[in-house]
Amino acid sequence: MTARGDAIAVEGGPDPTWHLVEQEGHDHGTGSPTALGFWIYLMSDALLFATIFATFGVLSTSYAGGPTPREIFDLPLVALNTALLLVSSITFGFAMLSAVAGSVGRTRAWLVVTALLGAAFVGVELYEFGHMMAEGATPQRSGFLSGFYGLVGTHGAHVTVGIVWIAVMLVQIGRRGLIVENRRRLLCLSMFWHFLDIIWIGVFTFVYLLGMLR
Amino acid sequence: MSDSEIVRADPVLHAHGDEHGHGTLRGYLIGFVLSAVLTVIPFALVMAGSPFTAGWTVAIVVACAIVQIAVHSAYFLHLNTSGEGGWTLLAYVFTAVIVIITIAGSLWIMYHLNTNMMPGMPTGQANQTP
Repeated sequence: MTARGDAIAVEGGPDPTWHLVEQEGHDHGTGSPTALGFWIYLMSDALLFATIFATFGVLSTSYAGGPTPREIFDLPLVALNTALLLVSSITFGFAMLSAVAGSVGRTRAWLVVTALLGAAFVGVELYEFGHMMAEGATPQRSGFLSGFYGLVGTHGAHVTVGIVWIAVMLVQIGRRGLIVENRRRLLCLSMFWHFLDIIWIGVFTFVYLLGMLR
Repeated sequence: MSDSEIVRADPVLHAHGDEHGHGTLRGYLIGFVLSAVLTVIPFALVMAGSPFTAGWTVAIVVACAIVQIAVHSAYFLHLNTSGEGGWTLLAYVFTAVIVIITIAGSLWIMYHLNTNMMPGMPTGQANQTP
């Protein structure tokens, strides 16, 4: 997941310089190019979500005689999921602060809490999907439902990947401690996790809340 | 090497041009409280019923989302004008513009396409549209 391979090479030089041009003369180690590269990845991921949001938006009233948002959405469940993800954001913040303080134990503990909250989120979402499909609201029922499962499912898949990444991070920190490489990975992981919470703001607003108001 | 020495020598969490890349406890708590308020307001409006007209309710819900995205970006992603020499903010603004064009543009085009090509409409009429 490091973006080191994507770093910009200075043109014209006899051998490529594998760090960003504007950082010459600054002694800030190797972490910065990775953080910026990962940031660019997150921005491209945001564009991916923009296209899926646009698809859902176009299809959001194409019910094809099937169920409408009011009939299938369970807002208390969505509120619970929103709370889970929001709390997981601040617990990851606590993990970052613990890492800055140099405490391996507390960092791992907060990461475990974050992963559990994320797992609960995915679990509730899968329960919601299963419940909807049992009522006949399957992805192939209507354009609206295709867009719904496509968008919400893509976000859920990202969260699942984030949980796996946290598990890997726990092993890495457990084996090597808070070395520079692990701090860099932790920084990228934290950006990924907070980014997913931002995407969820769009999901619960435009899919669920505006769907109920439609 | 003690823990505190590792922190001081750490080039990652104190990244280029960004001394607070990891945030502070106060920052995280402010972000969390603001986010909680900005989440409760739209959910309450939709779940408990809104005292406003439908149009205003939609506007308030969307406004809360936009503000909350800004809050998350500032307090959780630590987006600021100096991070990575301003490149993170530049990429962020560029992405936001593309995102808005993609979503608003798609909705705009498809809305007009739907309006002009309703099912059952004689195909000749669509062709005659200048």
